[in-house]
Amino acid sequence: MSGPGFFDIPSDLQNSYFGLVGLHIEEALIPVAIGLAVALPLGQLCVRFSWLYPPVLWITTVLYAIPSLAFFIFLIDYTGATRTTVVIPLTVYSLVLLVPAIVDGVRSVPQETMSAATAMGFGPVQRYLKVQLPIAVPAIIAGLRVAVASSISLVSVGALIGNQGALGNLLQDAILYHRSELALNSVVTTAALAVLLDIALVLLRMALTPWMPRGDRAARRAARTAAVEPAARPTLEDTAA
Amino acid sequence: MIQIESVTKRYPDGTTAVDNLSLDIPDGSITVLVGPSGCGKTTTLRMVNRMVEPTSGRILLDGSDITEQPVNALRRSMGYVIQNAGLFQHRTIVDNIATVPRMLGWDRRKARERARELMGRVGLDESLARRYPYQLSGGQQQRVGVARALAADPPVLLMDEPFSAVDPIVRKSLQAELLRIQQELGKTIVFVTHDIDEAIKIGDMIAVMRTGGRLAQFAPPDELLSSPADAFVEDFLGTDRGIRRLSFFTSDGLQLTAEPVVAVDADAEQVARATAAGSPYLLLTDAEGKPLGWVAPQDAAGGADKVAVGRLLPYGRPFAAGRESLRDALDCAVLSPTGWAVAVDGEGKVAGVVSQETIGAAIRSAHAEHRDGGGAGRASITKAGAAT
Repeated sequence: MSGPGFFDIPSDLQNSYFGLVGLHIEEALIPVAIGLAVALPLGQLCVRFSWLYPPVLWITTVLYAIPSLAFFIFLIDYTGATRTTVVIPLTVYSLVLLVPAIVDGVRSVPQETMSAATAMGFGPVQRYLKVQLPIAVPAIIAGLRVAVASSISLVSVGALIGNQGALGNLLQDAILYHRSELALNSVVTTAALAVLLDIALVLLRMALTPWMPRGDRAARRAARTAAVEPAARPTLEDTAA
Repeated sequence: MIQIESVTKRYPDGTTAVDNLSLDIPDGSITVLVGPSGCGKTTTLRMVNRMVEPTSGRILLDGSDITEQPVNALRRSMGYVIQNAGLFQHRTIVDNIATVPRMLGWDRRKARERARELMGRVGLDESLARRYPYQLSGGQQQRVGVARALAADPPVLLMDEPFSAVDPIVRKSLQAELLRIQQELGKTIVFVTHDIDEAIKIGDMIAVMRTGGRLAQFAPPDELLSSPADAFVEDFLGTDRGIRRLSFFTSDGLQLTAEPVVAVDADAEQVARATAAGSPYLLLTDAEGKPLGWVAPQDAAGGADKVAVGRLLPYGRPFAAGRESLRDALDCAVLSPTGWAVAVDGEGKVAGVVSQETIGAAIRSAHAEHRDGGGAGRASITKAGAAT
């Protein structure tokens, strides 16, 4: 006997398999994007006025502790069973992960680099855009990786407020139609999405930071080159030696 | 000229970093601010490019108050070199150096061209241009820091302990390189260090500062060594300032004698004549006139070519007559097993020999001349020892 297949999506979801995948990515990434857009200025404010950082961290952490379901139930009175109701809590969660990443990243810029930039006539805005932000990229992307993974998994909870869970709705349909393969499909696809997006972020970081030592082997090679370089040019250090 | 006029910096917590400091920093020379930690030397430097604003007093650049122009324009007109270089780790070497020209609106190609030219000037190979800072050694990074400060050809260079974080050998070569570059470019350099030897080596003028941000003495290095203003300066200079001061006396006037010098092909008669001059040892030279070693007269009595190699005493390090200082000459004499120093010319040929006693007499007369000549005596003072 042949029932419906692994990729046959029940019609109540009004979507194909790839439609669900697209929807899932959209619902996961929009909150991260908004979170990043808010976290960047907020993080910079926290760096500039360090007294601001503890209360910001405290408030966002408390918000993080609220279960997403509670968020949905609270918001549904205002925004209804819409995508907005899913996006708002996920944005808050992204914010919690991104603000510390950005603050730590910007703070990791060495003091002498900042002094040099100031002494060369960079204003505060230029210094932020041209020195602090590029150097904070690895830390920011590390934060984005966690935020994206958590967002991907949390979108599924949107199924609880109706047709807003994308791949998460497959879990409900699995119960509804006694089709366990739909649950497996949901879990495997969600995991695959998380892994692929993570790889994409790592590749993005490598593209943006050619200035970082690449792994152990590259770092060793770099150290060796640096050590050998003076000898290759006798007018350098060894003239005095 | 940079004029610091009665400048005080007091912080809100009540600590005084700089206390009523007045200093005229002359153009085209290296002025060193030196002192123990907490003496306000870095604060003073940072007030010149307004990274720190004074509580009272003012600073003039070429006669006009530095607060009259926009702060970033002022900073771009002053190169700044910092400990650990402070390079932009996310930019290539060439783009690090090109930073200020780019900010001043040069197009990218011209700015990079200028950066490559400067790499040569500070002794960096052009092959490093596309590298990132992490791929360079500490000494190379510091050279990039100097090149970056020089990029827009600013008249003023501020250097804040630039060579403190590199090892002594690299530091020595960076100091020599700075003196060489300064000879070519003639910038007005303000240099902060806690190392008095570095100050003496590179400074044309030295401002010694003491804890609490007060000026203890402002003088050229030789004057500092010969007449420290007070016990603090004397103590800060260390114990061998008499010897170190000799670096500032040229070996020009040293009475060299060629009488005990014999060539390796000298016959017995020539050796006898050299021996008759009365010196305890003879210096043997090869056919080109380069030193071979000292020999006792009795070992050479049969002619210089009969001397057994094993009987030669090493001649130690020779000094360059006229170009190196009395300190170098004295050092050579002290190191020589015979107590005599060997002087060579530019090609390494023996110009003569000189005894410790003669060097001692030269030191005494140099001191006397310097005392009588007063300020005018400075003309005869060289930095001969510094560039080696």
